[in-house]
Amino acid sequence: MTSTIRRLLVANRAEVASRVFRTCRELGIETVAVHSDADAGLPYVREADFAVRLPGSAPAETYLRDDLVVGAARRAAADAVHPGYGFLAENADFARAVLDAGLTWIGPAPASIEAMGSKVRAKQLMRAAGVPVLEVVDPPASADLPLIVKASAGGGGRGMRIVEDLDRLDEEIAAARAEAESAFGDGTVFVEPYLPSARHVEVQVLGCPDGTVVVLGDRDCSVQRRHQKVVEEAPAPGLGSEVRAALHEAARTAALTVGYLGAGTVEFLYDPATTRFFFLEMNTRLQVEHPVTELVLGVDLVALQLAVAEGRSCAPRRPMDRAQAHDPSGHAIEVRLYAEDPAAAYTPQSGTLTTFEIPDGPGLRVDAGYESGSVVSTYYDAMLAKVIVHAESRDQAARTLAGVLARARIHGLTTNRDQLVAVLRDPDFLAGHVSTAFLEQHPPTPARPAGDHAVAAALALAECERLTRTVQQRIPVAWRNVVSQPQTTRFDLDTVEWWGGRDGYAVDGLAVVAAHPASVTLERDGVATTYAVSIAGDRVDVDAVTGHVALTVLPRFTDPAETVASGSLLAPMPGTVVSVAVEQGQTVVAGAPVLVLEAMKMQHTVRAPGPGTVTRLDVRPGAQVAAGQVLAVVEETE
Amino acid sequence: MTTIQHETNREAMLSKLADLEAEHARAVAGGGPKYVDRHHARGKLLPRERIELLVDPGSAFLELSPLAGWGSDFTVGASVVTGIGVVEGVECLITANDPSVKGGASNPWTVKKIFRASQVAEENNLPTISLVESGGADLPTQKEIFIPGGRLFRDLTRASARKQPTVALVFGNSTAGGAYVPGMSDYTVMVKGQAQVFLGGPPLVKMATGEEADEESLGGASMHARISGLADYLAEDELDAIRIGRRIVARLNRRRARSEPVPPFVEPDGDVEGLLDLVPADLKEPFDPREVIVRICDGAGPGNARPFDEFKPLYGPSLVTGWSRIHGRPIGILANAQGVLFSEEAQKATQFIQLANQADTPLLFLHNTTGYMVGAEYEQGGIIKHGAQMINAVSNSTVPHLSVVMGASYGAGNYGMNGRAFDPRFLFTWPSAKSAVMGPAQLAGVLSIVARAAAEGRGQDYDEEGDAQLRDMVEASVEEQSLPFFLSGMLYDDGVLDPRDTRTVLAICLSVIENAPFTGAGGYGVFRT
Repeated sequence: MTSTIRRLLVANRAEVASRVFRTCRELGIETVAVHSDADAGLPYVREADFAVRLPGSAPAETYLRDDLVVGAARRAAADAVHPGYGFLAENADFARAVLDAGLTWIGPAPASIEAMGSKVRAKQLMRAAGVPVLEVVDPPASADLPLIVKASAGGGGRGMRIVEDLDRLDEEIAAARAEAESAFGDGTVFVEPYLPSARHVEVQVLGCPDGTVVVLGDRDCSVQRRHQKVVEEAPAPGLGSEVRAALHEAARTAALTVGYLGAGTVEFLYDPATTRFFFLEMNTRLQVEHPVTELVLGVDLVALQLAVAEGRSCAPRRPMDRAQAHDPSGHAIEVRLYAEDPAAAYTPQSGTLTTFEIPDGPGLRVDAGYESGSVVSTYYDAMLAKVIVHAESRDQAARTLAGVLARARIHGLTTNRDQLVAVLRDPDFLAGHVSTAFLEQHPPTPARPAGDHAVAAALALAECERLTRTVQQRIPVAWRNVVSQPQTTRFDLDTVEWWGGRDGYAVDGLAVVAAHPASVTLERDGVATTYAVSIAGDRVDVDAVTGHVALTVLPRFTDPAETVASGSLLAPMPGTVVSVAVEQGQTVVAGAPVLVLEAMKMQHTVRAPGPGTVTRLDVRPGAQVAAGQVLAVVEETE
Repeated sequence: MTTIQHETNREAMLSKLADLEAEHARAVAGGGPKYVDRHHARGKLLPRERIELLVDPGSAFLELSPLAGWGSDFTVGASVVTGIGVVEGVECLITANDPSVKGGASNPWTVKKIFRASQVAEENNLPTISLVESGGADLPTQKEIFIPGGRLFRDLTRASARKQPTVALVFGNSTAGGAYVPGMSDYTVMVKGQAQVFLGGPPLVKMATGEEADEESLGGASMHARISGLADYLAEDELDAIRIGRRIVARLNRRRARSEPVPPFVEPDGDVEGLLDLVPADLKEPFDPREVIVRICDGAGPGNARPFDEFKPLYGPSLVTGWSRIHGRPIGILANAQGVLFSEEAQKATQFIQLANQADTPLLFLHNTTGYMVGAEYEQGGIIKHGAQMINAVSNSTVPHLSVVMGASYGAGNYGMNGRAFDPRFLFTWPSAKSAVMGPAQLAGVLSIVARAAAEGRGQDYDEEGDAQLRDMVEASVEEQSLPFFLSGMLYDDGVLDPRDTRTVLAICLSVIENAPFTGAGGYGVFRT
C-alpha cells in the first residue's frame, strides 16, 4: 500500500517538531503543529504552516490527549501524524486512533509497539529469539547486588532505582511502582542485576516495507544523569568489529522478531570487561540522539521514516550504501543542553531564556526548541537544544563541540552547559572510558569563582546606571572630592569593590581598559580580556572565553516587610503541589513531611526543618508554585 | 612658560595635593580608630558610610567644608559631614553627624558648617536630609553655640515654609536642643533600638521632677513611632532607615526650576593634567587664565564652535572676560590675567556682569589678583570709583556666581572678584591659593614702615633688629593665615579642590543651581561715574 503524504501533523513540541518540519519542507510536505498554551510562543509553532492550539498547559491536558491530537489532525486536514518522541510516541492506542481516523501513522504497527512496550514481555520475546538478555532476579539475594528496579512500561529513566542494600529493596520497589504508576499508568516493575561499569550502546534499525531490516550503525549513549542520556555519539567508540557485527545482528533479529516497520532503536547494555552485551529494550520511534547517526551516515532518518510510511521502498540511495557497509564517515557527538542545575541534583529550571546564541561553525548542527526570549515552562522536559558536531575524529568532534558550547551565550536560566564542556574535555571521556556511571564518578565541578567576571558585571552595571541618570549625567561615576571608601556592588556569588572618580574606574589588582554597559575589558598581569555583559533586571550574565558566570545583583536595601519569616518553607523548584500532609496549627516533628511537590515528574517532599507548629499554610494540592515561593511556615518550638 | 617652569610648578602643586589628601584623610578618620571601631562594633555606620548608601549608586557626592575647624582645637571636619548628593535623582543637601568624634557633639565650627549647608539648601532650593546622631552641644563651648545655634532649628522650619523639604533620619542620640532636628523636619525616621530623642534624659528628668524614667520610654524610636507620633517611620535598622529616607525623597515630587535637557558637549580641548603645571609656586608671577579656561570648559564641538568667546579682548587686558560652556551650560567668565586690576579692568568687569544679567547667564570668577592698583595716578584716575562700580555690579547681580580662587586673592580684589563676603553660590579654592588683605611680605613691610614713622615721630631710634623680627613674625603668621587649609578651616570657602576636579565641581554646581529659578538683575546700586 502506498499513500502520498501531503500534510503532516507532528504530535509533539519544540525541538523534535522543528526537526520533523525541516524534512517535511525539504520534501514539499505541509506541516501542522499542535501546541499547548505554554508553548504558543515557541519557534516550532511559527515554523509550521498551520498550528492548532491544545487548550491548557499540563501534558495530560494537551500533548497526551490522543483525542485532541487526532481531532487537531482532522481539523487541519492533515493526512499523516508523526509522534516525535516522548508523549504519545510509544502509545499503541494512539497509533491505532491515528490509523482508525484514516491517517498515515509515522511509526511501526501498533502491535510492534505493544510487543516492545512491556519490558518484561520484550525480554521474554528476545530471549526466545536468541538475543542475550539480563535475567530478572527473583527473588533477589545479596549476592545479586547491586540491583536495578525498572518500570516495565518505563522510558527516559523514570521509575528506575538502583538498590545497593537489600533492606531498602522493598522501599525502592514501592517508590518505583508509584513513580511508574504516575508516569505511565502501569505500576509493573521488575528487578535485574545492575552493571555499574557497563556502557549503553544502541543500534539504529529501519524496518522496510518489504519485510527486511536495515541496520544504520550504532551509537554510544553511556554518559547519563538520572538514567537520562546527556552525551551521545556515533559510532560507539572502542568496539571490536566482531562485537559490533554481533550487536548489529542482534538488533536486526530483535526488529525482525516483532515484524518491525520504520525507524527504531535496539538498546543494549555492553560490558567492556567481558565484551558481553544484553538487550535492554527497543524504542519503537525516532530517538532523541538520531542526529549523530544522520551525520556520520549522511542520511535523513525522518525522510526514511516518511518513505517507509508511504510504503515506498527504503532501498538505499547512495549514502545508504556506506551505511549498509557499516562505514560511518568520521565521528559525531551530540550533547543535550538542559535548563537544569547539575550542582543542585539537576533541578529543572524555568523562566525566560533571555539570550540563546550558539555560535555557528563547520560540522555543527543545532536542533533547538527555544530561542532568545523564549519562556521555558515547568510543564515539560527542560531540554533546550541538542548541539551536535560532526568531525574527522572523535577527539576533534569533542574538542570542537566543547569550544562551541563554551562560546555559546545562554542567559536567563542555569543550564548543564559547563558540565557538558567538562565532560567533553575530560581525559577519561576522550580515552573512551565511558560508562553509565560516568557522571557519578565525575560529579559537576563546583561553580567557577566569579572573580573578574563579577568585576566586569559591577562595572557594566555602573555604566548602565550612569546612562540612566536624570541629573549630573556626565559627572564621572562615583566622583568624590573627599574619598573615604570604595563603591561596593554585591552579587550572590561575590562582592566587588571598585573606585570611580576623575580617572575612571579603578579596581585593585586590575587595570580597567574599557567599560561599557555590554562590554568590559579588564587587564590582569598585562593580559587584557573582554567580557560580554548582559543585564536583565537583577540578573547579570558575563561571558568570556574563560566561561560564563550568571550573577544576581543583591539589592542595596530590603524592605523588612518583604523578607521571609524564619521557618518558612520555600519551594525548591517550580512545580505543582501534589499533596499536603499537614494542617494549619498542627504540631510537627523535625523532618516530618509537610507537602509533596512535583516538578518534571520528580516528586520532592518538603519537610519540617525542626519540631514546631505549622503557623501558615499557603498552598493547596494542585497549586502551581514558583521556585522560592513560601509554601508554609513552621514556627519552631523552643 | 618653559618646560622646566612647568615641572617646578607641577612638583609644588603635587606636594600641596598630597597635603590636601592627608588633611581630607584626617577628616575621614573622624574620632580615630578607637572610636571608629567602637562605633562599628555596635553595628553602626559612620557618616560617610551612611551617605554612600543614601545616594544613588555611582552618583557623585560633593562634600562641603570638609576641612572645617582646621587649625582649631577641634577635629578637622567639625564632627559633621555636609554635602550635595543625588538621592532618587534629586539633588539634596545632606548633613550627617560624626558620632565617632565626641559622640557627634556640636562645637562652634559644627554650627558654622551646618549654617553654611542650610544656606546652600536655601539658595539652591534643595531638600535637606539630616542623618542625626549627636550628643548635642559640646558643653565646654556652649557659650559660643547655644545662642547662635538656635538658628539651626529656625533654618529647618523656614526651609519647610519655603517648601524645601526636610527629612531627618535619626540613628542615635538626638537630645535636648538636638531633638528639634527631628522635631522641625517634615519627615522623621527613627531606627529601632538606636534612636533616642528626648528633651531631657533620665538624669535630667530625675533632677527636674524626681521622675524615674528609662531612655526608651523617654525617647525610644518605638515610643515615638507608636505613642508620641514624633517618628513617622520606624526603621528596623540603619539600612532600613536609609531605604525609607530614599523612598521619602522619591515621593517628594521635586521639579527642577530649569529642566530643559542639557545640549550635547565635548570634553575640554586642553589637557586636564596640564592644570597642575600652570600655577607658579611664587604667586608674584602671573599666568594666563585662558590656559585654565581651555582645560575646564567644553571643547569645540557641535553647537559650541568656539570654546571661549572673549569679550573686549583689547581693553583692560589684565582681566579676561568671555563666554563659554561647562557641561553644556552657558557661563560668563571673569579671570585675572595680570594680577592687578586697573580702572579699565573694573569698568570692563562691570559691563560684563551686567551683560550676563541681561542674558540670565551664571558667572564664574577665577581669582588670581593682588588687588586694585594703588598710586597717585590711579587714585586720581578714579580707581576707587571704578572698583566700587565693579563691587556694586558683583553685589547686586542676581545670576548665580561661582568662584574659584586659583592663586592670589588679595585686598579689595577679593571683593571685586566675588569673595566669600559677596555670597557666591559656591566658592572653592585651589591648594595654590592665598587670600588676605595684602601679600604677607607687603603687610609686614607696611607695618614696619608705619612703626618706623611712629618711632621717628616720637624722635626715638628705630630698633632695626626688632623690626626684622617683627617683619619675619608677621610675615610668617599672615602667610599661614592666607593659606587654603586655614581659610577653609574658617569656612571661608566650600572646600579645597584638586585643580583637575574643577570642571566636575563646577558642573555639579551648575546643575545644582538649576533647582532654583534665577533671572538677571533689574537694578543696581548707584554707579558712580
